[in-house]
Amino acid sequence: MSRISQQFAQLKTDGRKALVAYIVNGDPVREVTLPTMHKMVEEGVDVIELGVPFSDPMAEGPVIQKGHERALEHHVSLTDSLALVAEFRQTNQHTPVLLMGYANPVERMGYANFAAKAAEAGVDGLLTVDLPLEEVESLNRELSSHDIDNIFLLAPTTRVERARKIAEHASGFLYYVSLKGVTGAGHLDVESVQAKLEEFGALTDLPMCVGFGIKDAASAVKVARLADGVVVGSVLVEAMGQGSEQAPERVGAIVRDIRQALDQI
Amino acid sequence: MNDTSKQKVDYSAFPDKSGHFGIFGGRFVSETLIYALEELQSIYDGLKDNAEFQAEFDKDLAHYVGRPSPLYHAERWSRELGGAQIYLKREDLNHTGAHKVNNTIGQALLAKMTGKSRVIAETGAGQHGVATATVAARLGLKCQVYMGAEDVRRQALNVYRMKLLGAEVIPVESGSKTLKDAMNEALRDWSTNVDDTFYIIGTVAGPHPYPQLVRDFQAVIGREARAQCLEMTGKLPDALVACVGGGSNAIGLFHPFLEDESVAMYGVEAGGDGVETGRHAAPLNDGIPGVLHGNRTYLMEDENGQIIETHSVSAGLDYPGVGPEHAWLKDIGRVNYVAINDDEALNAFRKTTRTEGIMPALESSHALAYAEKLAPTMDKDQIIIVNLSGRGDKDILTVADLDGITV
Repeated sequence: MSRISQQFAQLKTDGRKALVAYIVNGDPVREVTLPTMHKMVEEGVDVIELGVPFSDPMAEGPVIQKGHERALEHHVSLTDSLALVAEFRQTNQHTPVLLMGYANPVERMGYANFAAKAAEAGVDGLLTVDLPLEEVESLNRELSSHDIDNIFLLAPTTRVERARKIAEHASGFLYYVSLKGVTGAGHLDVESVQAKLEEFGALTDLPMCVGFGIKDAASAVKVARLADGVVVGSVLVEAMGQGSEQAPERVGAIVRDIRQALDQI
Repeated sequence: MNDTSKQKVDYSAFPDKSGHFGIFGGRFVSETLIYALEELQSIYDGLKDNAEFQAEFDKDLAHYVGRPSPLYHAERWSRELGGAQIYLKREDLNHTGAHKVNNTIGQALLAKMTGKSRVIAETGAGQHGVATATVAARLGLKCQVYMGAEDVRRQALNVYRMKLLGAEVIPVESGSKTLKDAMNEALRDWSTNVDDTFYIIGTVAGPHPYPQLVRDFQAVIGREARAQCLEMTGKLPDALVACVGGGSNAIGLFHPFLEDESVAMYGVEAGGDGVETGRHAAPLNDGIPGVLHGNRTYLMEDENGQIIETHSVSAGLDYPGVGPEHAWLKDIGRVNYVAINDDEALNAFRKTTRTEGIMPALESSHALAYAEKLAPTMDKDQIIIVNLSGRGDKDILTVADLDGITV
């Protein structure tokens, strides 16, 4: 069982909701990411989603775009991100880490090469925004041969037949994009999220997490009631963007708030 | 090359059902957009061989765009060069001044079929933005055009044209502030407003089915040129030359000739300061396959897979990728892809203006500059067709600026 699956199994046993937290590697400086990851775990994050900076992050809203741009000022690469996970693993063997990014850096490294290096570094999952089901087969083969979960997105526009196929290829958990739009958008509609989660939940035993548009404890709680967990990103990246000084503490405080609220459910 | 051993390619079989040209093309987008692309594909598949749809498209091309565009024998220039006869396919004479409108007319008809009330577009030089704003005005559709902030500065005239046509031009300040960033922003908009918005992509790139449908709409260029050449000269041309940014005017000219094995084809990329300097926009000359903007194609990127900034005097060619069909035609060896640098293109701009009284767009000037090199290597009874994809009025300020003149 993968580290991600183990974590979700444990959360289920404990009756708790998963808190998945996203920051961009190297944002705003290289040195701050590792301590922030440890701090997030300390404050109750269950899964770390590490953004791999890309020059053209097409699915990101303005906040996360800026995070990518800040990291790219220091040329933070996919290779650097694998090295960072290896460093994180020196003191933390239990918290799952998944990489989130875009296809091209992985293409450039080569699928087989990437999967081998990622497994060696201690990466547990990969979410590639622009590799939908139709284009992912050869990468998936490499990932599964190294027991790395491929995390798929489901969207409000995903039809049920397609969702069923996606669920068959997915592992770890499924990530429901709560709204039509980019990360950090502000028009979360809880009722429509509920309807879709009920429809998709019936198709699979995989845990379902909801992201895009969750900005605080209140919105996290609303959505978490309907799912197995929530993904928080833009609000953390915004906190990172305020400067590396005290960044782990600022992010830690946001995470703590959300964790406490989730544990009241 | 041993022709008898060459396997005959059925070009009409590409892209395949999943949108691939060999390893290129495909549909590399976020999950949110998949349904919209499937819907577009199903509408297009239903219409592309529909006689009524084609008749409406042809009618608009004839009465609104002004087609067929002439094939003009540039006799004086050909004589000066002393080699092959150069014929210019005059897409610059289309309504709105470039080939772009062929495609926006077609996509606007599709938008009408989908019942969506708003269109968006990305634009580099502004020609596609103008062509989109034009059809939107005609159909009463709301229109927003994303344009890199750098291009907004370089192409002030086209920005104002779009505004006069009732479109809103949104300057994109992220990344390199050029066409690729405008395309990122248009894709973000589409993800958000996918229910009521039709995205009119301006080139033969992007996720399937765009490379196919834009090609099909632009192929009118090559169909006309082929018939006109046969009628005027009694034979097929020996060579075709067209500039390649995303590659829509080039594929439009080339595609109807692909099976004519005697016709050589040259796609001309923007060499910027020179391909050897790295400051250019020539991924087919100096790039590697990767994934950007919904398709796998040749890209300009660094060793970590980050897309790098491109350079060209011509905003319309300033793009780090290229249509996937071109990537495939390069790999199978059907089309030769060459590069022309800024200086050579500017010289061709001046030369064509003075010799033929035709002021070409800086994009098209790249094709003209290559024809200028090619013609003297060929015989006087041979024929080159150059796609004069757009007129140069929009570039006057850029050229004046380079000459140190304030207009």
